[in-house]
Amino acid sequence: MSADPQLAGSHALPEVAEARAALAALDQVPGVAKPDPMLVADGVQRTFGGVHAVDVAHLEVQRHVITALIGPNGAGKTTFFNLMTGFDKPDSGHWTFDGVSLAGVPASRVSRSGMVRTFQLTKALSRMTVLENMRLGAGSQPGERMLTALVRPLWVAREREITDKAMDLLARFKLDTKKDDFAGSLSGGQRKLLEMARALMSDPKLVMLDEPMAGVNPALTQSLLGHIIELRDEGTTVLFVEHDMHMVRHISDWVVVMAQGKVVAEGPPKQVMDDQAVIDAYLGAHHDTDLGDDSLLDEGGRIDAEADAESEAELEEPK
Amino acid sequence: MDFGSLFTNVVAEMIGPTAIAYALAAIGLNIHFGLTGLINMGQAGFMLLGAYGFAISTIAGWPVWAAVLVAIAAAVVFALLLGIPTLKLRGDYLAIVTIAAAEIIRIVGRSTSLSSFTGGSNGLLGNSFKESFSGASPFPDGRFSLGPFTYSMNDSNSWWLRIVGWALVALACLLVYLLMRSPWGRVLKGIREDEDAVRSLGKNVYGYKLQALVTGGVLGALGGIVFTLASSVQPDSLGRPVTFNTWTILLLGGAATVFGPVLGSLLFWGALILVRGLLRGLVPETILSTQQVEQAGWVLVGITLMLLIVFRPQGLLGDKKELAINVR
Ligand SMILES: Nc1ncnc2c1ncn2[C@@H]1O[C@H](COP(=O)(O)OP(=O)(O)OP(=O)(O)O)[C@@H](O)[C@H]1O
Ligand SMILES: [Mg+2]
Repeated sequence: MSADPQLAGSHALPEVAEARAALAALDQVPGVAKPDPMLVADGVQRTFGGVHAVDVAHLEVQRHVITALIGPNGAGKTTFFNLMTGFDKPDSGHWTFDGVSLAGVPASRVSRSGMVRTFQLTKALSRMTVLENMRLGAGSQPGERMLTALVRPLWVAREREITDKAMDLLARFKLDTKKDDFAGSLSGGQRKLLEMARALMSDPKLVMLDEPMAGVNPALTQSLLGHIIELRDEGTTVLFVEHDMHMVRHISDWVVVMAQGKVVAEGPPKQVMDDQAVIDAYLGAHHDTDLGDDSLLDEGGRIDAEADAESEAELEEPK
Repeated sequence: MDFGSLFTNVVAEMIGPTAIAYALAAIGLNIHFGLTGLINMGQAGFMLLGAYGFAISTIAGWPVWAAVLVAIAAAVVFALLLGIPTLKLRGDYLAIVTIAAAEIIRIVGRSTSLSSFTGGSNGLLGNSFKESFSGASPFPDGRFSLGPFTYSMNDSNSWWLRIVGWALVALACLLVYLLMRSPWGRVLKGIREDEDAVRSLGKNVYGYKLQALVTGGVLGALGGIVFTLASSVQPDSLGRPVTFNTWTILLLGGAATVFGPVLGSLLFWGALILVRGLLRGLVPETILSTQQVEQAGWVLVGITLMLLIVFRPQGLLGDKKELAINVR
């Protein structure tokens, strides 16, 4: 279903291919039931003052696929992430993750249950090194309990595993040469990468990325997209918020559109982005803006197009 | 003026119980602030509770080890009482609550209604609770001299107290050293940097903050015991200035380092005695009276410290690089 066949993994797990194929048969209406949902939200509402920041009647996120959550600024995407991951509490509503209700569960337990998120405003731990940042992302380190921490032999073995894994991920994200630098000395884009890599340390079942590409060098975007697809092919479910429509077209299997807190459309990327209602909701007055036209992705045009999207993303970033 | 005896006095203060007590309290504060980023403005309250816990239970006839446990338990309960309601909120709340709570301990301690336990504003006389600690010493009684330093072996302001005190400081440093380079310490450091990030990685931030608050508070209580064993329990001698001095010591030596608090305490008390001695020896009595020298000593130490903080904000042992990162 991806727009770009050579990016679609050839070594995907069979259940991944199956989950992606199953999407084709679905109705393209907001709140449509998925054959194998990972995350199901029901009647989730959050108001700030009088503003309905989030008002999601029903939303299901299919397991084993890449779902993009798009919508104009202020649509409630980040707030929806906050609610699902326990960083904010809804006025009403409930939701389940992998069959378990998560309403009222604290953020740390949500994360341990396998749903890990990143932040739109990057949260690198500035005065810790890149490698320490990564290690912190790992789970089940007995040395994180106070008494065990005092007895090094009880946790060094696990620490070694964690470090190996961290170095692997850092190499993937081209940060391995920076491992001993303080995270605070990284550039904005590098911090985004670090945060994403750190989130992957615990092998989450669902990773929720809030604008992962904002500020990332276009030359790196391509390989990052490859990593995200690889993640999916290895069985991780991905839900991401992104304003870069090229990326959305490129890698998502399913797109959910939010506007003013509500889910207004969902469907496969091509259909959703050609939908006039979506274009209206998303772009408002800017009808002439390009919503990630495929022709731009042809060889030659690709880099330029992404460089454009890049500079747009950079303009948007300091919110 | 006699520089020899001034030097002796300075060194005596540096190895004495006051420096030990403050070193312990500052190591505790380092666990709060340096490692976890918690702003505890009531470390003196933990010290006073430790002092009361130890003295009152000793007077009630409990053995030394039990009295120490009572002091520790009092600090644990105090930390939980302060931490449970505030550690879920933003950092400033803990600061406000701790400064108020430490004052409450002091004011309750000196209130007349409790004077049968706490001795009211007079406090508890040293001789009423020092016996069991002196008695626990393996050394023979009598006075003992080491170079220019002569103290009784076991009684009151003794060698025994110094030995136990420095052993405690060494143990506390070892504890901080082990914890700092462990994954537990890494989580605390993460919390110091950005607790939401740490939460998103699945760590129970609240639990870690409570552990840090309790551990640092217990070290404060141990400092209170040492402080009190050298003199008496005096609620007003463990008031707000003690907290502020402890902060100064921590920042002087270097927060988030193992030996910073110890070095800070040595220099702080050494400098105070040195400055006072110099003023007394060099400035005629007609210009500065003995009492004014006391005060002027504090003023000069204060200025020196301000200069140090301005020109070396990471403290003497701190990592300049770590501090230079602009936190975006
Ligand atoms: N803490 C808050 N207090 C008050 N209003 C808030 C708060 N957080 C979000 N909002 C409001 O809720 C609405 C949704 O915001 P949200 O950050 O979820 O949008 P978004 O879809 O992530 O936008 P963007 O694409 O710009 O990141 C906005 O109108 C915003 O002003
Ligand atoms: Mg957002």
